Amino acid sequence: MNPRRKQRLAVVGTVAVLVAGAIGLMLYALNDSIDLFYTPSEIIEGKNGQKPQIGQRLRIGGMVVPGTVSRDSESLAVSFDLVDTGPPVTVTYSGILPDLFREGQGIVATGVLVSQNAIKAQEVLAKHDEEYMPPELAEKMKGIRHVKPDNAGGQP
Amino acid sequence: MWKWLHPYAKTERAYQLCQILQPWFWAGALLCLAVGTVWGLAFAPQDYQQGDSFRIIYIHVPSAILSMSTYVAMAVAAVVGLVWQWRTAFMAMIAMAPVGAVMTFIALFTGAAWGKPMWGAWWVWDARLTSELILLFLYLGVIALYGAFDDKLQGGKAAGVMALVGVVNVPIIHYSVEWWNTLHQGATISKFDKPSIAPEMLWPLLLNLLGFALFIAAVTVMRMRNEIILREMQRPWVKAMADKAEGDRHAV
Repeated sequence: MNPRRKQRLAVVGTVAVLVAGAIGLMLYALNDSIDLFYTPSEIIEGKNGQKPQIGQRLRIGGMVVPGTVSRDSESLAVSFDLVDTGPPVTVTYSGILPDLFREGQGIVATGVLVSQNAIKAQEVLAKHDEEYMPPELAEKMKGIRHVKPDNAGGQP
Repeated sequence: MWKWLHPYAKTERAYQLCQILQPWFWAGALLCLAVGTVWGLAFAPQDYQQGDSFRIIYIHVPSAILSMSTYVAMAVAAVVGLVWQWRTAFMAMIAMAPVGAVMTFIALFTGAAWGKPMWGAWWVWDARLTSELILLFLYLGVIALYGAFDDKLQGGKAAGVMALVGVVNVPIIHYSVEWWNTLHQGATISKFDKPSIAPEMLWPLLLNLLGFALFIAAVTVMRMRNEIILREMQRPWVKAMADKAEGDRHAV
């Protein structure tokens, strides 16, 4: 390699390293703001020593605890508990839930923190995991049997 | 070690290489895409949770992966162009840019169309979606910057620097789902672990991935041939080729 090419390669390399470093530091500084949601234990125990305030608008993401989904028979109101590794947070919501909403499913809800461990949500989104498999395999591996609503007959 | 590459810095040799590769790329792309798409859309089993909606994976995942790979290929071409001063490298870079931009758009569009029924939202400003949108803007920026120069050699250098700087976004897109909490799910196949997808669903996906890659390669060599002819219009070998093509047409 002749010296001029070597010099140009060094310049290009330096620019690349500096840009990567700058962006890296920027992302590190913004780390908390880039997260889309709080996990339930971050809401109750605080994140980096800071607890979210009551009345704050925020997003929460966690698993729906099986057996905690309760629907109002008169309206669209629904409430359920979300959990990750720590204590659960109760979410209340009034509206239509996405197709993938199930017990044991990951959920992201946007709403207002009304008490230490309760959120009144305005929007509920389903978070899908990265696993794809045919229904028979899912039944064998996980013991899950999902019935599509239109095949489910008279079940609620 | 890299000596065998040097003749391709000449536009005539590069043009000939593109001409040889083009039919192979097209044949492979059409074969893989036809088999992979029909297999994926019609014969692969339904997903246990999403039913038929998961089939968008056969378009979304290949276009998203290849939008990033194309950008990396563009950045490599930019480095070669900047350091070794190859004009053909800049031509290859600018030939790839619109193809990659379209792939990025397909990934964003199919993702939004899937997100509405599955997540419940067309768009969420999470790290994965936002960084992929930035990739689209980077592609458009490279194209616009190159187009803004009348002197295409200068334009290639400027756009090359931009392509090079933007490459830092690619690892951010890939790792965004691990570094931050996102609504977008984690990686299914592009990870070191075993893929978390059943084999009968994985094979058509891999076929389509190969098909998309070959399709991008085919369109790139076509665009590269056009770019070479446009820029080298005054060269004797281009004129000789044009005369020969003209002669063939009259013979028919």
